[in-house]
Amino acid sequence: MGLIVDIRKELAGFELKVNFATQGEVLGFLGASGSGKSMTLRCIAGIESPDRGRIVLNGRVLFDSQKGINLPCRRRKVGYVFQNYALFPHLTVEENIGFGIGERKREDRQAIIKEMVTMIKLEGLEKRYPSQLSGGQQQRVALARALAAKPEVLLLDEPFSALDDYLRNHMVKQLTETLAGYSGATLFVSHNIEEVYRVCQSLILLSRGKIEGKGGTEEVFKAPSSLAAAQLTGCKNISPANYISPFKLEALAWGITLKTEIRLSRQVTHVGVRAHLIEAAAGEMKENVFRCRLNFISEGPSRISVYLAVEQDHQGQGSQLLEWEMTPQMWLAMKDQPQPWCLRIAPEDLIIF
Amino acid sequence: MFSILSGIDFSPLWISLRAATLATFVTFFSGLAAASFVSAYRGKFKGVIDGLLTLPLVLPPTVVGFLLLLVLGKNGPLGKLLLAIGTTVIFSWPATVIAASVVAFPLMYRTVRSAFEQIDPTIIYAARTLGVSEWKIFWKITIPLAWPGVAAGTVLAFARALGDFGATLMVGGNIPGETLTIPAAIFFAADGGDMEKALLWVILIFIISLIVMTLMNYWSDYQRKTIVAGGRE
Repeated sequence: MGLIVDIRKELAGFELKVNFATQGEVLGFLGASGSGKSMTLRCIAGIESPDRGRIVLNGRVLFDSQKGINLPCRRRKVGYVFQNYALFPHLTVEENIGFGIGERKREDRQAIIKEMVTMIKLEGLEKRYPSQLSGGQQQRVALARALAAKPEVLLLDEPFSALDDYLRNHMVKQLTETLAGYSGATLFVSHNIEEVYRVCQSLILLSRGKIEGKGGTEEVFKAPSSLAAAQLTGCKNISPANYISPFKLEALAWGITLKTEIRLSRQVTHVGVRAHLIEAAAGEMKENVFRCRLNFISEGPSRISVYLAVEQDHQGQGSQLLEWEMTPQMWLAMKDQPQPWCLRIAPEDLIIF
Repeated sequence: MFSILSGIDFSPLWISLRAATLATFVTFFSGLAAASFVSAYRGKFKGVIDGLLTLPLVLPPTVVGFLLLLVLGKNGPLGKLLLAIGTTVIFSWPATVIAASVVAFPLMYRTVRSAFEQIDPTIIYAARTLGVSEWKIFWKITIPLAWPGVAAGTVLAFARALGDFGATLMVGGNIPGETLTIPAAIFFAADGGDMEKALLWVILIFIISLIVMTLMNYWSDYQRKTIVAGGRE
């Protein structure tokens, strides 16, 4: 049971090659634009055909290149919420929601529509046309329209990208609530790290058509297994690394030696650390503590990024700046400290691959 | 004034209106079918098919008429078939409908096709994922969204059918009361020196065309406002 996907498709410049299985959970697809995320959804929905492979939904074969099976879109029972919502502009909210319900008695149709309108909290707006709704309302109508057709899997293609930041956070919360009441699997495609982390229980990282990591969302973020995976999960500081001993490596870009928590393989190539996990070490030169000088800062409304030049263990400075992200309060406490600052990266916070 | 009017045979008016109305009916459905076929077709013959379907628009009407004569005449493939069941269409009133349909068809086809191709494809995909049949999608989504184009194509097709001269004359001839349409009546009146009669027909066809175009414009504006743009803005 659940959704099983194993497909390949030649795209401009690279081959899309994905395989995964999922059940009644929210599975996220995180990747840059053009990495093949949306194409994967389109193949599952039957809008595009893969070159090779198999797609099976709850035991029904939707696509099988060897057996020559390729069910048309309308027989797949796949709900799709498009990035631009693709509402029918000439139909009202209730007509949009009712469009996919199928042949039913009038009362039954009305009951389903009413239930959906209540679910998305749009009571009173049933007679409105899509152009008379806000972006967030349109997105909810698109979701209700998809769910009213009772799909066996729900595909969400960047559903928040057209919304402004304030609305987005609100809608993420609402979507999570709505999805909690949906029994099928959900695939959620996004390039926004925050959204994916908040909405999805498990995660697939996609880069140029290739899966760079999959698993529970927290594990994937905790231990990305490749350079692309580390970048996709938002790791700002990545350096080539040299093996020194089973628990020690040299971070070449910063010119410092770091102790690790996990046992290293001799094949280690990179080390990374998330910008918010660097911490101030009150002046003592202990393990994993190093000196840096402030290079420049970039202030956001709630976070400040501080770029640091690392003083190497031997002499001179590392070639690559280290990014340290902190709250404005931390910055106030930090900025008048005499330089160089002593900073520490905890061995358990290192990302190694 | 009355004396002039009473002395005139009005049959060309009815023949023209009959031919134009029936031809509009025929091109409406054939144009929709051809447009939806070509806009969905992804093969390599798209250019050829589109060219063939558009040809009657760019060829001289006499060439279209000549080709129709070849096909429908006694020795033509369709003509033989008709003869076998004991009938012929050349120089009879159905010929005026056929000629008007053929010359009007490309206008309907092209206008509707470009309207179809302007529809956001994700709207159609969305309808498909909802499990709805292609037939329902076509009539409930595609046609309403392409409505301004469909309406414009219909008006253009009607105007072209009403105004055809060359093709109609070639296959229908100019039999008064049978195949003589207004454009042909104008030509023969002017040719015979009866300028007053010619002018009368000119004024009449001018009025008909203007009325039809104006009504369609208002109607399609109304439809656009209430259906396509989504109610009162």
